[in-house]
Amino acid sequence: MAELKFIGGYPEYMRKLIDVVNKTRPQRKDYTPKAMTMAEREEVLKLCHPDYAPGGKRQLLFGPNAGDLAPNEVADLIEAHPLIDPEQFIITNPDYTVDLLIIGGGLAGTSAALLANDNGVKAENILLVNKLRHGDSNSMMAEGGTQAADRENDSPLIHYIDTIGGGHFANKPDVVEALVNDAPFVMEWLCNLGAMFDRNPDGSFVEKAFGGGSRLRMHACKDYTGLEELRVLRDEFRCRQIPYLEFYPVIEFLTDGNRVTGAILYNLETGEYKIVQAKAIILATGGFGRLHIRGFPTTNHYGATADGIVLAYRVGAKLRDTDTVQYHPTGAAYPQQIIGLLLTEKLRGMGAQPINIDGEAFVFPLEPRDVEAASFIKECYVNGKGIVTPTGMRGVWLDTPLIDIKNGPGTLEKAFPGMLRLYKRFDIDIRKDPVLVFPTLHYQNGGVETDPWGRTNIEGLWVAGEVSGGVHGKNRLMGNSTLDCLVFGRRAGKSTAEYLNSDPQFGKLTLEHLKNHKKMMAEAGIKTTRRAPILFPEYRGKAVLARKIDIF
Amino acid sequence: MAEEKKNIMDEIAEANKSVVTGIDEKDIQHWINISIMGKKYRVPAGLTIMQAMEFAGYRFIRSCGCRAGFCGACATVYRIEGDYRLKTALACQTRAENGMYLVQIPFTPAQRANYDINQLRPGIEAFLKVYPEILKCLGCNTCTKACPQDIDVMEYIACGKRGDVEKMAEISFDCIQCGLCSIRCPAELAQYNYAQLGRRLFGKYGMPIPEHLRKRLDELNQGKYESDLKKLMTAPLEELRRIYTSRDIEKE
Repeated sequence: MAELKFIGGYPEYMRKLIDVVNKTRPQRKDYTPKAMTMAEREEVLKLCHPDYAPGGKRQLLFGPNAGDLAPNEVADLIEAHPLIDPEQFIITNPDYTVDLLIIGGGLAGTSAALLANDNGVKAENILLVNKLRHGDSNSMMAEGGTQAADRENDSPLIHYIDTIGGGHFANKPDVVEALVNDAPFVMEWLCNLGAMFDRNPDGSFVEKAFGGGSRLRMHACKDYTGLEELRVLRDEFRCRQIPYLEFYPVIEFLTDGNRVTGAILYNLETGEYKIVQAKAIILATGGFGRLHIRGFPTTNHYGATADGIVLAYRVGAKLRDTDTVQYHPTGAAYPQQIIGLLLTEKLRGMGAQPINIDGEAFVFPLEPRDVEAASFIKECYVNGKGIVTPTGMRGVWLDTPLIDIKNGPGTLEKAFPGMLRLYKRFDIDIRKDPVLVFPTLHYQNGGVETDPWGRTNIEGLWVAGEVSGGVHGKNRLMGNSTLDCLVFGRRAGKSTAEYLNSDPQFGKLTLEHLKNHKKMMAEAGIKTTRRAPILFPEYRGKAVLARKIDIF
Repeated sequence: MAEEKKNIMDEIAEANKSVVTGIDEKDIQHWINISIMGKKYRVPAGLTIMQAMEFAGYRFIRSCGCRAGFCGACATVYRIEGDYRLKTALACQTRAENGMYLVQIPFTPAQRANYDINQLRPGIEAFLKVYPEILKCLGCNTCTKACPQDIDVMEYIACGKRGDVEKMAEISFDCIQCGLCSIRCPAELAQYNYAQLGRRLFGKYGMPIPEHLRKRLDELNQGKYESDLKKLMTAPLEELRRIYTSRDIEKE
């Protein structure tokens, strides 16, 4: 193949296709395709959504969710051996003895630490452990915003209806109630700690539309919402001198047979393990994007490998909605270096339209995420109206220049500095040219089942954030994930503090649950060499791995 | 029909293979030579620095986080063969180029102070109390040149020295706290930590809680929506569907 000639970041043939988009833009400016009916939504989901297409999933063979469907990639990790052999492993005296152990330092874990501290748990009695750095998480990457029904024409009731409708009415009512009721309090909390949300000249919040929403409810901090929220909370956490460890993933829980009583940490650099004994544990390890379900690229951070559900399932925690995965409609499909990265839904919220190869607006831009994603897949793989990249990927255009046309010049630069910068690094100016998008693996809809306080069916174990299940049903709405982390992180922090105030005792540290896990694996007839949690995805070159020898 | 649907997912997986499981050597058309911590490697052209290092066989523990330009974990210092200048970049956001000499910064040991935000107020006094060394800025602009986010770091430090937290917050807003400004600073400042203080001061004191939020909080505290919400929670599915499909959609 001859070297491609590039003009403004795009190869010549794609440039010609952009001309088609430019040509139809004036006619499309004031036109929006009709939103789908419920029946139309269901049809496109059945035809083209990865969750509904045949294959890709299987029933779990043992444990509390035996018989439930889960993606093969998740089932593989649940049906896997632990990283340690319980017969050989020596549980030493604890290296850390704390009241509260929090696993994972994204928005949920960090919020939990602050609220536990506010509610009487002393800083020195808390330990926050992180697989990577404190803050390395999907929270940090949340671009679009946080939902909170705080405008006069909005209410927690409307927020509730939007949320369960988007989740296909499968959401757990009592946790959704907590989500929508706490949302305005979360906004107040963040503002008081010094988070900078976008404001109108009169000081009110700038609030925008989003897919599946019926009110303008999206609060943003430009397109760095998660970054702003988390760096403020992390700064407050540091100021209070709450102890934390980095590059120390948890590789197994410890139990007294029933109650969770501690955890085994692994020093990623030295290979040494550490034992933590705790009276209460909050699991806030995030989701599973880096499992690349069904071969999709992902928006997720490097550590999103389902560690939390794997470990929780081994101690007997009940999961729910494991059968659904969220694919974000607008992942970058070009250039090669950024495939899968998130282009926030707020772009569509502010007027960018999805466009096919003929320059047509083919779908209502703000359907719920699963419906929008399925429509893109249909346009590319059923209707044959996608645009093919030099590496063979297909995608549709997202017509970003419309944002400045509809909202006035300079809007894009002000509202989406992150996006502008991302593409500028690859010579593409999204104010002038559309970008190519295709659905990307974004979110673990389900997870460990909790009550409204983050409590699980296992004593001593609380769960918050993406690793939990129930609040989003079968499909999460934009702006409900940062909110989920903040609401249930805070609630888990408060709830554990109350539990600790009742003066529970430390429990025995054993690996009894692993014996049970081994027995169930054997009874289910699972023969495998797989081990989990995997901690990180494998991206090393195949040629190198083929010649690798393990000496030390 | 079922067969056709399966093919769609297989086709998609096939098209995404190079991103998900790594590039097959046989598909590589152009190669470049790079040096990672002094060792030479041949890698495919067109990868990010991070992807190129992985292709070469490095498995990241440090210096890799979100892989999307938001977390600042992959701060990188490099030089191009034949050029004496040291440059800075984010490994996940920068294309690997022929002749790069690369090293990643695993950790920035910059100092940050502990403070109670409620005890501070916007203005120069806050910085003099918490980070008095901010006055040591030499005005050399090395920080600005090092910033992979193209932030005018020196300018926001100047704002901090004047106590202008609003301007400091605005200019520094896109900071991902990678620490490259601090690593390169001849005055040994920790610019990104000062900016964090500046933003929190402005966010807390310069952006008061809006009236419409206060009103909603009062309503919630009085339990205004409680009973209606309980009704929704127990409503039959058909009723919920009806409410959902008939709700009016607010336009911008």
